[in-house]
This record gives sequence, C-alpha cells and structure tokens, in this order.
Amino acid sequence: MVQNPPKTDGIIGKYEGDGSALIQVLLELQRENQWLSRDVLRMVSERLRVPLVQVYHVATFYKAFNLVPRGRHAVVVCLGTACQIRGAPRLLDKVTQSLKIRPGETSKDLRFSLDTVNCLGCCALGPVMVIDGEYHSGPSTKEIEQIIAACK
Amino acid sequence: MPRLNSATDLKGLRRDLFTRRDPNKPCVTICSGTGCHAYGSEKVAEAFIREIQKNGLQGKVDIRRTGCHGFCEKGTIVIISPEEICYLRVKPDDVPEVVSTTLVGGKVLERLLFKDDDGRKIVHEGEIPFYKHQSRIVFGNNKLIDPKSIDDYIALGGYGALAKILFEMSPEQTLDEIKKSGLRGRGGGGFPTGTKWETTRNAPGEIKYVIVNCDEGDPGAYGDRSLMEGNPHSVLEGLIIGAYAIGSHQGFVYVRQEYPLAVENLSIALNQAREYGLLGENILGSGFDFDVKVHCGAGAFVSGESSALMTAIEGKVGEPRPKYIRTAVSGIWERPSNLNNVKTWATVPVIINKGADWFAGIGTKGSKGTMIFSLVGKVNNTGLVEVPMGITLRDIIYKIGGGIREGKKFKGVQTGGPSGGVIPESLIDTPVDFDELSELGSMMGSGGMIVMDEDTCMVDIARYFLNFLTEESCGKCIPCREGIFQMLQILNRICEGEGKEGDIDLLEEIAEMVKDFSLCALGATAPNPVLSTIKYFREEYEAHIKTKRCPAFTCKKLMSYYIDPKKCQACMICRKNCPVDAIGGGKGLVHIVDQVKCTKCGTCFEVCPARFGAVTRLSGVRVPKPVPAGTKMIRERGE
Amino acid sequence: MGEVTLTIDGKEIKAKKGMMILEAAQSAGIHIPTLCHHEELTSYGACRLCTVEIIKGKKSRLVTSCTYPVEDGLVVKTESERVMKGRKILLELILARWHIDKAIELDHWPWTAKALLENYGLEQTRFQENTTMCILCGLCVRYCAEVKKANVLGFVGRGIKRQVVIYPELAVKVCPTCQGGKMGCSFVCPTGVIPNDFACIALYGSKKIPLAYPVREYDQDNIREILRSVGDS
Repeated sequence: MVQNPPKTDGIIGKYEGDGSALIQVLLELQRENQWLSRDVLRMVSERLRVPLVQVYHVATFYKAFNLVPRGRHAVVVCLGTACQIRGAPRLLDKVTQSLKIRPGETSKDLRFSLDTVNCLGCCALGPVMVIDGEYHSGPSTKEIEQIIAACK
Repeated sequence: MPRLNSATDLKGLRRDLFTRRDPNKPCVTICSGTGCHAYGSEKVAEAFIREIQKNGLQGKVDIRRTGCHGFCEKGTIVIISPEEICYLRVKPDDVPEVVSTTLVGGKVLERLLFKDDDGRKIVHEGEIPFYKHQSRIVFGNNKLIDPKSIDDYIALGGYGALAKILFEMSPEQTLDEIKKSGLRGRGGGGFPTGTKWETTRNAPGEIKYVIVNCDEGDPGAYGDRSLMEGNPHSVLEGLIIGAYAIGSHQGFVYVRQEYPLAVENLSIALNQAREYGLLGENILGSGFDFDVKVHCGAGAFVSGESSALMTAIEGKVGEPRPKYIRTAVSGIWERPSNLNNVKTWATVPVIINKGADWFAGIGTKGSKGTMIFSLVGKVNNTGLVEVPMGITLRDIIYKIGGGIREGKKFKGVQTGGPSGGVIPESLIDTPVDFDELSELGSMMGSGGMIVMDEDTCMVDIARYFLNFLTEESCGKCIPCREGIFQMLQILNRICEGEGKEGDIDLLEEIAEMVKDFSLCALGATAPNPVLSTIKYFREEYEAHIKTKRCPAFTCKKLMSYYIDPKKCQACMICRKNCPVDAIGGGKGLVHIVDQVKCTKCGTCFEVCPARFGAVTRLSGVRVPKPVPAGTKMIRERGE
Repeated sequence: MGEVTLTIDGKEIKAKKGMMILEAAQSAGIHIPTLCHHEELTSYGACRLCTVEIIKGKKSRLVTSCTYPVEDGLVVKTESERVMKGRKILLELILARWHIDKAIELDHWPWTAKALLENYGLEQTRFQENTTMCILCGLCVRYCAEVKKANVLGFVGRGIKRQVVIYPELAVKVCPTCQGGKMGCSFVCPTGVIPNDFACIALYGSKKIPLAYPVREYDQDNIREILRSVGDS
C-alpha cells in the first residue's frame, strides 16, 4: 500500500531522478507518513533510479526509518551515557512493564510505539522519558501509569 | 532586507542597528535551547509576553529568546538587562512576580538568584562560579543572540571577519592565519585544521567541498547542537571563510535529524544570509561565490565519521571507507573535501577577528585556544562549559562543576565518548590537552565529559559502551562487527556472575586485534573504554570474576537485597512499593524479601525510611537465611 | 604509466603505479590470505585478512593490502608478529560464524579454508558461536551487482544484525537464467552457504526461488500483527 498517494507523490517528485537525495527523500516520507511501506520503497527505487537493494539497505541501516506502522503516541527513553549512570535502565524497565511492549515495538492497538535513543541532549534532566514531545525527568511508576492512561 | 554589496554596506548596517538599539532599554532574555525547552521555556516565554502586556509594558520591554546559555542544571535561565540580573530555575508561575518585582518595581527577586555554598546570593551571571572560571570566547554570544535574527549577530560584529578576509586578505593569507593559530579539530581527531585546509587547497581538481559535521553522535555531548541552535551564523561565517581560503564554492552542512531545532535555525540562518548577500553569488560584492546545502542524518553514529559522512551525502549507506587516500584529496564524489566539526568552524571567525597570535596565547603548547565540554553525569552543575586548554580536570569538575552530587565520592571521569576512556581520581590533575588525554588512554573527543561516582560500576560502563558500539557499528568489517560483539558477550558474562579466569586476558587479546585491524576509527577506538577501565580499575573486574562481587552495587545479577530483621520496623512501605510483591511479612511482622521473586529493581532500598535503613544491598556474600515468617519486629529503642 | 619499486618480505618487487599491494605480492608469488577478494570484483576491504604491516620511514602501520596502493620505497611485511597474532584472532572470530567442517572446497581459490586454519593452528574457536554460515564477505552481493548487473542480492541492517537478503520480485526475473540455472553467486561464496541454507525454496507467484525477504528486525510476531492491522498484506 502507498500511504497518502498525492503527498507521497509530491515528495518523491521533488527529487525525481536524483539518486544522491535518497536519504533526504526517505526522511521526508518518514516524517509525513510515520513509516515506509514496501510499495513506497519500490516507488522511490524506480523514480530516483536507485537499485532496490540500495533503498532497502539505507532504510534498514538508519534508525530514523520505520518499516512498520507506528503508534499514535511516541514514547522515547534516553539511554545516553549521562542518563545511563543516572538510572536509565531502571526507567526503561518501568516503561516497558507499563506499556507491555519492548523498544522498537508498537502496541497491537496502535496506541504506542516505544524507542530508545542515545542522547537527547538534556542531560541535566536525566534519566529522561519523552512522550509526544513532552519531557519527563525520572518519572516514578505511578507517574508513568498516569501519563499513559491520559493518552488515548 | 536590502542586499549588502560591500564591506562598507555591512559596516553601515551594523552602525544602523547600533543606533536603533537602545542599550538601556529593558530586555528579558529567555534561554530557549533544547535543554531549557525540556524545562518548559516556551511556557515561560509565553507567560512573560502575557504579563508584560498585562502590566502595560508592551513596547517598553523587549523579549529575546536565545540559544543555550550553558548552565543547563538551572534551566530555565532568564536574564534581565540592562542590569544583567540572572534568574535561575524560572517556572511559568514565577513570571508574574518577576515582572512586578523587577520590571515594574526595579527590585531583585532574591529567591530566584544563584545561591553559593555559603548561602550568599549572586545577582550577576558573570560572578556565578560556574561561569567565572570559564573562557567563553566561542560560546559566550549564545546568550546575546536570538538565533532566528541575523541582525542580532551582525549588531555584535558578526560577519566582520568575513568582510576582513574577503577585502583585506588573500586566500593564502587566510590559510596562514589559521595555521599560525594552531587550531586543532574539535570533533575528535584533533588534526591541525590549517594543515587539513592546505591539503584540500593543494589537492588536484577544480571543484572542492567544505563540510560542517553536525552529526554529534557521542551520547552525553551536546555542545555542537547548542552552537548550531543558538548561533548558526557563527558556524556559517567560519565555513565561508574556510571556503575562501580553500577555494571551494559549495558547502554542505550535515545535521542529525534528531536535532530539529538546529535544522530549523540553520535553515532560517541560511535564507537570511542569502537575502543579505552574505551567501550565494558575489558575496558582499567581492566576486566570491559560495552556497550551502543542508543534508540531514538519519540516525547512525558511524555516519559521523568523516568518510562515512561523505558517503551518506552521496545518498548511499553511511559506511566508512579506508582512509589510505585522504578525504581531503578524494572525498565526496572523489573530489577534495574538507570536513570540520561545528565547534572548529565557529572558532574560525574568532581567530580572524582577534588574531592568530591572541588565540595561540591561550592554552598549552600542543593545544591552543578553548574547548567546549558537555559536563554531565554525577556532577552538581551539569551544563556546557568552555574552558582554556590546559585547565585541570579537577578545576572543571570542582570549581565549575561544583563537585559531586549528593556529596558522594568521585570515582572517574569519562572523556571522548565511546572512543575514549575513563580517567581515575589519581589522575584528576591532568591538564586538558589533546596529547595528554591520549597518553592516558582516553581522548579529547567531541567534548563529552561524564563524571562518575562511587555508585558507578566501571565494568558496567565498559559493557555499556560496547553495547552502544555493537548497535552502531556499520557491520562491514569483521574485527569491529564480530570482535566488539564477542567482547560484549564476555563482559555480559562477567556482569552476570559468569566471569571466568582468563577473561581479562582474552578481552585484551581481542582488543589489540580490533585496534589494529579495523577499517575505520570507530572500530579502532572501540576497545578504549574496556582497556582504560581494565588499566585503572582492574580490581573491579577481578571482584566481578573471582568473588562475584560488584563493589558499586550496580550489576543486578551480582546483588541481593536483604532486610535486616533487627532494624526493620515493619512500616509496610517497601511491601506496598514492591512491583512484584516479593516482600513478605506484615504490620508488626518483620519484612522478608523473597530472593526468588525479587527482580533486584532496588525500589525497597530507595523507599525504606532513612532513619530505619533496614534494607541492605549485598554483593559477593551469601544472603543470610531468612527469619521464619511471622517473626515479630523488634521495636527500636526510645519508642 | 609509472613503475614503483617496493620491498615485500625482503624481496624487491617492481609494480605498476595504481596497483594494490596484494596484486603486486601475488604477481611475485608471495601468498597473502584473502576471503572477500575476487579478481573480477572491486576491492571491498571487509574481511581484513589480507592485512599487512607497512613501514614508511620510522612509522609502521597495519593496512589491508587489497586497498592500499603501491608506493615507491614502501617496505611491506606480510607475516610480521603483529599481523600473525591479529590474523589468528580474526580467524577465530570467523570460525564462530562458520562451521569449518561444513565448508566446501571451491576450486578457483588458491587455498582451502581448512588449510588456512591449519596454518594458524586453529581447530576450534574460544568465542561464543553465532553460526549463520554467512560471513558477510559481500562477494555474492558484489557479483550480482557488478558482473550480473542485476542487484538481486543486497545487505540490510547494520552491525551484528547485518545480513544478506534476496529480493523475490527481482529474483524470479533473473535467477532462473543465471549461469545456466546454476546461480552464479554460489560460485563465489567461500563458505558454501549458497545454495545450502540460502536456497530454502519458496514459492513466489508459483515460481521457486531462493528465500529471504527483508524486514526490520525485532519481534517478528509483533511486526506481522501490526502490518495485518493496517491492511498491509
């Protein structure tokens, strides 16, 4: 399936035939549709004139790209070094327990997607969890449950 | 915006901006870098707009949203000019009081000021110990500039260095000035910048490229981001100067897509520069053409390596290439390409403005100028610090960083990210210098400086970095892909209590091969965290292997939580908070941890009231047999 | 069209400018082990087995001979102590992925894997086994891209999760006629994993082809569920 055909078409059209723009095109498509379906990747391969193997290698090499649909609410836990020594692994445990999915996964009801990153750059707040762009510094299990319940 | 067609036009604009700006007009500066954004600086700014309107001060008080000020521990930072009153930890609810007390009433709001260890309150930013010991020659302008306004940058003297080299200096003279300054790359390699520029300039080929590396991948380092967000023009100016010196007409800026604010502010800056004629064709009427393309990263640490970055710009997977032929000679599309870090480029205008001799007067013999560090971890004052090279680690951690949090004991400081190593307390008086740090088995890197205390397990830190590198390795060459993976397996075993005799030797054996045989610097420096922690903290490794003990009580599988029946006051707090219901006992009955159910999460240890202190952590010793269930607790004396 | 003179293992050798050390050595009869190198394909530099020690002036460093161009006055040692020590560990790491007794002898290689390991006194590996049989040398991918110009095989993922996959919709068009139906890639594979594990035959539109469809790692069940719930078959 091709998500949002007119928008997708427009984005690819901007870089028609320019193989060196592969990463930029995929980033825009990812931003627009939240994930890259197989058909979209094939489209990119044809119109940018890049071998399909290269498109897939790029799409699976970089962490920014998802080949699977994402949940409505993005949950991110930072595992950067500063957060690590301030207890990020414990925070991650609490979050995975509450959401019942592991990093990289999406909940079956498509409500949440959980990811880890390697530094958000707000180390003074460590350990950090971000939900829908809101930063939370070292939330307790109770706080996590409250935040999750508020996300429909 | 009228196009500037000469150096005189630029001077005229600057004069114009100066006369239009009243230095005595009250101005509220709100730090709006990503760090303070996480603290809610947007809401603080909105509150100020509301309150200023409410008090009828619109038009009489300016509001300026700037980039990162550096004192990230105390965000959101607000500075009231012209008095330069510095308020810390400002929340939206504080704003009405700030406006009424300071803007209207003309008085200082004491409770938001910095308080030093003796309880003394400090009003002006420059006197706060965190800032006093710094030398913010590159980073200092962040607090004076709204990154979305090129006029702010020009009013402070911005693009003056560019005008100087375009009209008063030749490309060769510009190159010589940078060589004379002794500037070395601030991205990790520490390569002499002037030499790299010269190699690119002399390489055969008409078309040459200059590149800004803003792929900042070291976890815990965010100086590049704050510069790109807070003062993108300084980087751009440096880049154009470099392009002129090298003879390049096309530049690239590679920014991580995880830095959306940096991408946004950079794009705005580029457009504004083009409108003013400071970028594009015939810059300032000098005849020099140069333009810039922005390329976003997509989430790969390895793509920050210079040859990998260039491959990514070509649209391919960001895998490093062997550097037998320098990228300065054959880079993007096999053309000479000069790549430098954000901080390096931002330092260039400073050198041109103040002179190479002035710059070379700061720092040590081998490392000139200043360096921006991300001082993070178990330190009191987390933030971005800019210090002259040669300052000791002790001064950074104690004088600027304010020492270790919660009064704990300092154990080590990690520099250089995943390519660096840990420096122990015994070497804390080492001056910060490229070569000194390398000699200790670490490196300067991109500025990450992670402070660790007695609760940090060094074996776990080594394991953490190897885990990071296993995920970030591109996987092309065997030493890095397989070697690091196998080292990680060994460290996992050690941290889980299955270390065996000979593991340390095996780690060192693999490390040597990985260092020598890897294709790129990621692999070649990957063993550094392991080797440095073995060198300086060998006893910890041996404790983990021989006695199955984790001295820092971090490795879960080597720990047990035990409630001392003599101290337990049966308050039920730990029982209620245990996430897996592993604590038996009840009201008046001693609480007992079921060692089988226990997940070692540590919650009971955290919640047990300090005056009881009944929950203990055990490692390397057998857990005492539990008292029979239903044992009554012993009341504490005096009750 | 210049010529340079370099010394390899004490022997003075003349080589054409632009040649790599590996070629120069081979032409002089000096043997350097390789795994990911093939005369018909561009140099890849991934296996690092061909690493040699070069000495320029006072400095010595280790470089891969397949990607380092010859230089006048270069001194090369193909079996120095540093090189031999490292190669042994490298082979042990490869052994963790590739069961030596399953390797087949391929006649266009100048040596067999078994002989190589005997040379270094290796029978087993000290490392945790991660047997996939594929050592990611990239020969099949490069062969399909550079010789066949078909790009049916490719890499996905990075780091330890890197693997070679095949694209069914391209395979059905190309593979049946490649090398008279014998799969050219199987001739260049040094471990013999093609067509063994690789040729798990699948049906793709009623045609039989080698298997493996690229999909992002993590939990396979999770992925399948999610794709189903958005109607992506």
